[in-house]
Amino acid sequence: MMSHRNRTLTGWGVVNVLVVLYALFPVWWIVALSFKDPSTLSDGNFVPRKWTWENYHGIFQTSEFTRALINSIGIAVIATTIAVVLGTMAAYAVARLRFPGKRLLIGMSLLIAMFPPISLVSPLFNIERVLGIFDTWVGLIIPYMTFSLPLAIYTLSAFFREIPWDLEKAAKVDGATPWQAFRLVIAPLAAPGVFTTGILVFIFCWNDFLFAISLTSTTAARTVPAAIAFFTGSSQFQQPTGSIAAAAVVITVPIVIFVLLFQRRIVAGLTAGAVKG
Amino acid sequence: MAEIVLEGITKRYPDGALAVQDFNLTIADGEFVILVGPSGCGKSTTLNMIAGLEDITEGTLRIDGQVVNDRAPKDRDIAMVFQSYALYPHMNVRDNMGFALRLAKADKAVINAKVEEAARILDLTQHLDRKPANLSGGQRQRVAMGRAIVRDPKAFLMDEPLSNLDAKLRVQMRTQIAALQRRLGTTTVYVTHDQVEAMTLGDRVVVMRGGVVQQVGTPQELYDEPVNLFVAGFIGSPGMNFLAATLEQGSLRTSLGDLPLEDRVRRRLEGRDVPRDLIVGIRPEDFEDAALVDERHTGHTCSATVDVRESVGSDVYVHFTEEGGPAGTAELAELAADSGRADTGMQGHRIVARLSPATRAAEGSPLDLWLDASRIHVFDPATGINLTHPER
Repeated sequence: MMSHRNRTLTGWGVVNVLVVLYALFPVWWIVALSFKDPSTLSDGNFVPRKWTWENYHGIFQTSEFTRALINSIGIAVIATTIAVVLGTMAAYAVARLRFPGKRLLIGMSLLIAMFPPISLVSPLFNIERVLGIFDTWVGLIIPYMTFSLPLAIYTLSAFFREIPWDLEKAAKVDGATPWQAFRLVIAPLAAPGVFTTGILVFIFCWNDFLFAISLTSTTAARTVPAAIAFFTGSSQFQQPTGSIAAAAVVITVPIVIFVLLFQRRIVAGLTAGAVKG
Repeated sequence: MAEIVLEGITKRYPDGALAVQDFNLTIADGEFVILVGPSGCGKSTTLNMIAGLEDITEGTLRIDGQVVNDRAPKDRDIAMVFQSYALYPHMNVRDNMGFALRLAKADKAVINAKVEEAARILDLTQHLDRKPANLSGGQRQRVAMGRAIVRDPKAFLMDEPLSNLDAKLRVQMRTQIAALQRRLGTTTVYVTHDQVEAMTLGDRVVVMRGGVVQQVGTPQELYDEPVNLFVAGFIGSPGMNFLAATLEQGSLRTSLGDLPLEDRVRRRLEGRDVPRDLIVGIRPEDFEDAALVDERHTGHTCSATVDVRESVGSDVYVHFTEEGGPAGTAELAELAADSGRADTGMQGHRIVARLSPATRAAEGSPLDLWLDASRIHVFDPATGINLTHPER
């Protein structure tokens, strides 16, 4: 009996290790590359023979990467903020209110989520050029926001449905205006959902390559994933592999920090004790 | 503190369903009124309309002399205690209780003083800094009460505030709520489906069924003089026994024998349109072991076989099966469904008698029962109206 259980545990352990290795191997490869000296770049070793910070130095030396980093952070933060604020309000309405056209609204947002972005790139390119927002922050924030809103509305409305109706009634009777009830009672309880949604939306904006490469032409609004594609080596015949690897590591770190920072908030069951138990 | 007046209050949902129909009641300043009835009778809807959480379709609602039909809940100055307590989980007890005052922009020192006073009354002082999740059920219930009393509102509205507590705690809190209400003298409307709560707490009780008020009165009035079958069956535990009867030659023929028409009953039936088929209602305590009764001539004696004997110390409850078919009406079917009696699947028609503990009744053996025929109620099976009610 015991040995059977032990064997099952060992089996699962082996599978877990394999999956983790499979997932983390490319990550380690990129990290290793970023620390390799240009002379040992193509030696095929898993562990760098000659450790160096030179690649990191290199990418921060030119404005090409730093400017892209500023663009990435600015665009992702603004798009996430707007999407989460709008999404919170829309999700609240979807979860709590009855209004004509509710099903239509949900259907429309689903439709947007199902559209393959590649099919919208050329129309967007033309529209943005006519409107004069091509190659600007706004020109990227708008499509990011549009494509992440359905996701935001969906996850948030699920969270709102979990919050007991009675809490809102209690707030109203206690003298709160609908806005106060939302801000002081409902929003704090939906906070874990808001954080979760925020992270998902941020990752979407941060990682996007398609819009970033299609709707920008200069460093004015080019984000890191697009900027990496324009990296050049120090000479015409040198591949910029080291710089690309270093840049990839730099833009992965914020995401990892984000998730580690907020995962406890995501998991925390904030509504515990609201009602009987 | 204020008077609450409901005039012709009606609630109709968009799909046409009528939840409350023509509700008229004047609740005096400082009065404790109970709305009671089976689930779905419209009692909670009525309370929500008073609170402003649901719109009033028709009628006028006045609180303290002012029509408040179109006022938001926050402008009605009422406090509500919810069945689920609805405590704000992200705030500690102090903030929960002070929330309304904070919204009203009261002075911080005033809020603190009021919260601490309420906490002292409710014995919550040592829990003020804890979150609701870390409180027991009884403590949460007290916080919900505290949230209502710190505001010093015009009225308390309570929606089954005790139904999530265990039986023992419920009895304790019931007493505490009654004492608190008397001490504060705040007008209170209390909704419950538990008729024992209704009887013990209220100055007046409103019995509702299917959105319609059946009877309004003091607990004793409802018990002694129910206006119809529904109220008679709903109030009292164990409930009133109902027997099919026919009126023949000045007596009521039932499966327990011919019950004589005593003076009280005869006087009340006089001048009324009394059909031949009737339903007779007998409270369990109007039975007695015939061996223990001296003045048998005033009542009626019959014999039955005891199915179950339950002794609760001060009384003995005796259950026996009546041979005749049960008195069947829509009201009785609804009552049976509400009390769960319909689900027990027992055949025949059970009669319960409350006897003195001196009785020698034993399970399975026959027993001579005496019943006080002057205290019976006679109902019209078609309308359910109590023909022996002094009014109407």
